[in-house]
Amino acid sequence: MDFSLNTEQLEAQKMVREFCAKEVIPTIGEWDRKQEMNPAILPRMAELGILGISIPVRYGGQGFDYITLGLVCEELERADTTLRVVMSVHHGLNSQAILQWGTEEQKQRFLAPQARGEKYAAFCLTEPGAGSDVASMSATAIRKGDKYILNGEKMWISLATKAHHFLVVAKHDPNATPAHKGMSAFIVTSDMPGVTTGDIHGKLGVRAGSTGWVKFENVEVPIENRLGEEGEGFKIAMSCLDNGRYTVASGATGLIRACLEDSVKYAQERETFGKPIAHHQLIKQKIAYMRQWYDTAYLLCMRVGYLKNAGIRNTRETSLAKWYATDHSVKAALEAVQVFGAYGFSDEYPVERYLRNSKGAVIYEGTSEIHQLMQADYEFGFREDKPLRCEAPAYDPEFWQSEPEAIAGG
Amino acid sequence: MHVVVFTRSTPDTAAKVEVDGSGAVIWGNAATVVNPWDEYALEEAIVQAKNGGGKATVIALGGEMHNDALKHSLAMGLDEAIRIDDPELDPTDSLAYATAAAAAVNKIGDVDLVIFGKESVDVGTDQHTYMLARKLGWTMLSYVSKILEVDYAAKTIKVEKMYEQGKQVVTSKLPAVISVMKEINEPRYPSFIGIRKAGKATIPVWSLADLGASLPDKKVDVLAFNNPPTKDVVVEMIEGEPEEQAAKLVDKLLEEKVL
Repeated sequence: MDFSLNTEQLEAQKMVREFCAKEVIPTIGEWDRKQEMNPAILPRMAELGILGISIPVRYGGQGFDYITLGLVCEELERADTTLRVVMSVHHGLNSQAILQWGTEEQKQRFLAPQARGEKYAAFCLTEPGAGSDVASMSATAIRKGDKYILNGEKMWISLATKAHHFLVVAKHDPNATPAHKGMSAFIVTSDMPGVTTGDIHGKLGVRAGSTGWVKFENVEVPIENRLGEEGEGFKIAMSCLDNGRYTVASGATGLIRACLEDSVKYAQERETFGKPIAHHQLIKQKIAYMRQWYDTAYLLCMRVGYLKNAGIRNTRETSLAKWYATDHSVKAALEAVQVFGAYGFSDEYPVERYLRNSKGAVIYEGTSEIHQLMQADYEFGFREDKPLRCEAPAYDPEFWQSEPEAIAGG
Repeated sequence: MHVVVFTRSTPDTAAKVEVDGSGAVIWGNAATVVNPWDEYALEEAIVQAKNGGGKATVIALGGEMHNDALKHSLAMGLDEAIRIDDPELDPTDSLAYATAAAAAVNKIGDVDLVIFGKESVDVGTDQHTYMLARKLGWTMLSYVSKILEVDYAAKTIKVEKMYEQGKQVVTSKLPAVISVMKEINEPRYPSFIGIRKAGKATIPVWSLADLGASLPDKKVDVLAFNNPPTKDVVVEMIEGEPEEQAAKLVDKLLEEKVL
C-alpha cells in the first residue's frame, strides 16, 4: 500500500477544499440555525462535478478513483456534515449501486444523469419500524405482469424532498423464509404517481441538510426498473452499505480534523492563568488524542480506498473504518467543545455544530453496536463474505477515464 | 488571436517565510500556491481567449516548482503551458525576467494580449510587467479592474483602471500588456477533467538558446537576505465606555509621544 497521494488526488482535494472555504463555511452556521439546506449547494456540487467524482467518464462521471472519493468526503465534512451526507446517498448508496448492479440500459438512463448532477439520488431502506433489522421491513413490491406494485413508507431518508431517483428495497415476497430472500431493489422516480415526500424537522444535527420520509402508495414500477435479480434486494442493500459507509468514515475523519484544527487555533489564542491554554497540559492531551484519532481514521479509510481501487472485497475493513471514525468524531467534538469552554457551548463558534452533527453517523449506516457485532463475528468465523454475482468494480483508470466507444454505424 | 498569461508558484501567503542560517529563503513544509494575483489573470486569459475565439497560453519562468502553477493553470482551462528555465536565468531579476519573457512572446508570434496579476507576492514587485511592455514596445495598462471592450479586428482594447483616487477608462491599441486587480473577475476552480488532463500533460521547457535570447548585464545585485528585526509588541486593552476609552487612548498616545 502506498499512502502518498498523486497529483490528481491532491488537486481534487485542494479544489473541494477551496470550494468549501469560499462557498460553504462562510454561511453554513446560518443555514444550520435556520434548519434549511442552502438551495445553491446541490446545483453547485453538480456543476463542479463533485456528485460524480468517482463514476467512470462513460457514465457521466469524472473518472477519479475511490481514494479521491474519500478525500472529497473528508473535505466536505470538514466544512459541514450535510455536504458529505449528499455524497453518501447520491454517490455511495445509489450511484455506485447502479454502477455495480445495473444493466447497461439502467446505467445510461439513471446513472449518467446522476453522475452529471442533472438528477439527484437517494436510498430508501430504513422504515419507521425497521432500521438495523432490515429483514423486518414492511414495504412490499408485488409483481403484477410486467410491473411491481410498490407500497410502504421509508423514513430518515437523506435528500427525500430533493431527489429525483430513489433506490428502494422492498419485499416482492413478504412470506419468504428467510425473510431477506424475499427482498428486491427498485429504481423509483419521484414523478411516478403515488410517490410523496416530506422533510423531518427538529433534528439534533445535520440541520442544514434534507432528511425526510418517502411514501409509496400503489406505485407502478416497471420491471425494467428492478436493480439486479428478483430476490437480490438484501445483497444489493448490503453492498450499497459497503460504499456508503466508506463515505461516512471518510467524512467523519474530516469532522475529527475540523475539531483538531479549530481547537489548535483557539488554544493558541485563548489565554487563562496568564498564558495561552495551548500551554496547559490537559489541553495538550486533548489535542494529542484528536491527532491520534484523526491519523488512525485517515489510515483506516486509506486502506479501504486501496482495497476498493483493487476490487478486493472490503466489508470488514469498511465497517471497521466507519465504526472507528464515527465513534471518534463524537469524542473529538466533545473534546473540542471542552477546549472552547463556554464559547464551545454557544453557536458563536462551530464546535457545537460539530458535536450535534457527529452523533447521527454512529447511528445510520450501521450503528456502532452493529459494527462491533460484525467485527467480533468475523473474528469468531461466524461471518464470512461470499462472492456476489456483481462485485463492485475495481478502479481501472483506462476504462474509467475513457469516453465510450462510438457505436458502429450509430 | 492569442492571449499569453504569466504565472509563478509562490509560498502560501499563510506560510512563515524566513531566512535560514545559510542565508536562504525558506518557508518550512508549507505548500506553494499559484501567485494569488495570478488567479485573476489566468481567469481573464481563459475568458478573453474564449470571447475572441482564440487560445490562451500560460508561461512561468524558473525551476520545476513552477510546474505546480502551470498544472493548476491547465486544470483551470488554459490551452497550453510553457516553462522557461535556464541556468543563466534568475527570474527574480526583473530585467532578466522581462528579457526572457519578451523573447517567449515573440517566439509564440501571434500574441494580442499579455496578462499579469497585479504583482508577485513572493518578491513583492511588478516592475517586470512594465519592463516586458517596454521590451515588446507595447502599451502597458496596469491595475485593470475591468475589460470593457476588445476589438481584435480594429486591434483596440478599452479597460477600466483603478487608482487610489478613483477609476479611469482608457482605450489603447493592441497588442498590449495588462496587469489585473482582484475586482476583474471571480476565478474558477480547476475542473476535475482539467485536473486529469493537467496531470498527464508534459510541459515543454524552453531555454534561453531556444528563445534566441541573451540576457543584459545585471542592474541589481542581491547581496543577502535578512530576517526583519523582531518587533516587541505589547497589546493593551483599554476598558470603559467609548468616551472614556477615547480619552485614555489620547492620554496614552501623548504619553508615548505619538501625538
